[in-house]
Amino acid sequence: MKKNKRAEKNSGQNRYNFAFLDENAKREIRRKTLKAIAIPGYQVPFGSREMPIARGWGTGGLQVTLSVIGKKDVLKVIDQGSDDSVNAVNIKRFIKKVTDVEITNDSLRATLIQTRHRIPEIPLTQEQIIIFQVPFPEPLRTVEPSEAETRRMHAEADYSRMWLYLYEDIVKCGEISIGARYPVYVNNRYIMDPSPIPRWDIEKLDNSECLNLFCAGREKRIYAIPPHTSVKPLEFEDFKFRVENFEGKKCEICGCESSFLDEVMDGSTGARRYFCSDSDYCEKQTARKGNKQ
Amino acid sequence: MGYVAVKGGKDAIENAERYLDFQRLKGDSPDISTGQISDQLYLAVDRIMGEGSLYAPDLAALAFKQAAGDTFEASFILRAYRTTKPRMGYSMPCDTKKMRIIRRISSAFKDIPGGQILGPTPDYTLKLLNFDLIDMGCKKRKAALKALLKGVKKRGSSGEIGELPKVIDMLRKEGLVVENKKDNKEEPFDVTRESPVFPASRSASLQTMARGETGGLLLLAYSNIRGYGDIHPALGELRVGYMPVMISHPLTGKPYEIGRVKITEAEIIARFNTEGEKPKFSIGYGVCFGHNEVKAISMAILDRSMANSGSKHASEDQEFVLSHIDGIESMGFSVHWKLPHYVTFQSDLDRLRKAQEVSDEKE
Repeated sequence: MKKNKRAEKNSGQNRYNFAFLDENAKREIRRKTLKAIAIPGYQVPFGSREMPIARGWGTGGLQVTLSVIGKKDVLKVIDQGSDDSVNAVNIKRFIKKVTDVEITNDSLRATLIQTRHRIPEIPLTQEQIIIFQVPFPEPLRTVEPSEAETRRMHAEADYSRMWLYLYEDIVKCGEISIGARYPVYVNNRYIMDPSPIPRWDIEKLDNSECLNLFCAGREKRIYAIPPHTSVKPLEFEDFKFRVENFEGKKCEICGCESSFLDEVMDGSTGARRYFCSDSDYCEKQTARKGNKQ
Repeated sequence: MGYVAVKGGKDAIENAERYLDFQRLKGDSPDISTGQISDQLYLAVDRIMGEGSLYAPDLAALAFKQAAGDTFEASFILRAYRTTKPRMGYSMPCDTKKMRIIRRISSAFKDIPGGQILGPTPDYTLKLLNFDLIDMGCKKRKAALKALLKGVKKRGSSGEIGELPKVIDMLRKEGLVVENKKDNKEEPFDVTRESPVFPASRSASLQTMARGETGGLLLLAYSNIRGYGDIHPALGELRVGYMPVMISHPLTGKPYEIGRVKITEAEIIARFNTEGEKPKFSIGYGVCFGHNEVKAISMAILDRSMANSGSKHASEDQEFVLSHIDGIESMGFSVHWKLPHYVTFQSDLDRLRKAQEVSDEKE
């Protein structure tokens, strides 16, 4: 019996450390995360490790998740709001393999939520950490390709080119044309890229109850928004920030009129149909409706 | 209903994996052993070890087999394995004069101390298909080897020559070479443990290139020598061989050889003018795991081109070069567009419709 256990320990996936990363790597990532929390919105460089999933596919979020996760954590992973999207499933499959923690779809039960491009519709609590996968950590990259230069701009809070960019956008398009990844001011100090969440989700970051951690694996940066921190989208006094417009549209499954919707083209009729992007939220709404009836 | 398309991800992924395995397993050919790969496809193994930045021929061969010959994917698998290993310590600095050479040439001088040694190179092999290699089989292979070695005196286990002096040192003695600023006292930067910030130290720069993707380095180096840059290099010395790796013994502190790694080293010479000083040559340095001359030479060219002040071209801009040559990063991000982006796209769609509305109102 004992022998079997040892054999099991030395075989296959068990040869990897708990949560995949070695303890020194976890310690470094945690330290850098603490620094990020201490300076809201500031991008902390860190020694990003290679993960068994490709760069650009969530390796940053994954490293933060794996360095903060404990055996008692309950994990939720979403991609585009959905728990069942292929990439979310793949990341869960990996984390389950190396940690064996409980996995949930329930946004309220999860202690850790790793996400790509969405924040759950249900407000998160102080017991929860949400971890964002970040493709481009640098909000100023749109106006300046050099990292050395953007670091200087942040240090001096030299954001005039970003403002000018928004202004020119209005002049050219009559609108600010940034869809997702809308730049925000954090704690009235740093301009930050909130990751490609829709503008719809920006207000959820402002004065949130939960801890928001952001990590870009390829670009090797960690940043954070601690609870109760001011997060404001960039806007002009006479030209306000606007979220996506879903006026007159509702989810075809749960009937919700107040959530971010996915637009789907019906292949046979060519008609546009709408569904909640947050799949857990949609299921909860549907269940509640069912109970009422 | 259209929406269900994003559900059932788990089954889809598992089935995709099975299909992928099927692609590798189908057909009647005998299974390739990793030993066959490391023996017979050794240049692929060398390349993967370099780009995966882990010297482990057996594991690199396994990665190559598993990735069905895709060097990007294989290097990636190897690096993902490397990342799980704790850092136990660092080797002592290697002096490449101590390298056990199998090939060593200089194109800057006709004759060099120790002589030009072509070694195993396909440089002068005509690029004609050798049809004898089709289904050669073990028997014929052994016979061919026997015929090849007939009358050849064996030197060492790998046919090495031993230590030879460095060509660059001759120029150095004559005061023709700019000495790089010695920052020997500084601990080398470790790019796998820290994220380099720009301008990056030379140690960070050389490390990043040593694990860079061969094609990526080649493209940028080529752009420079072709005309987007002007370093006009001469190949001072190119050497391929086995480098003893020494560590300081944890108890006695004495140097202790833990093994040897096959490496390729290139030193290029280029004119360097500093204002008000005597014109001198400067050196560009490249080194990588395994036998990979394209990579070592490209790296040496880029090391030199990045030293040019006032970068005008891509290959002279350190941040540009170092941020774009990593195969695992550039591949990962360039293909991540395959992931669903419908939330961001919805957001863009909303902006476009609004902008169209505004434009309609104007008309």
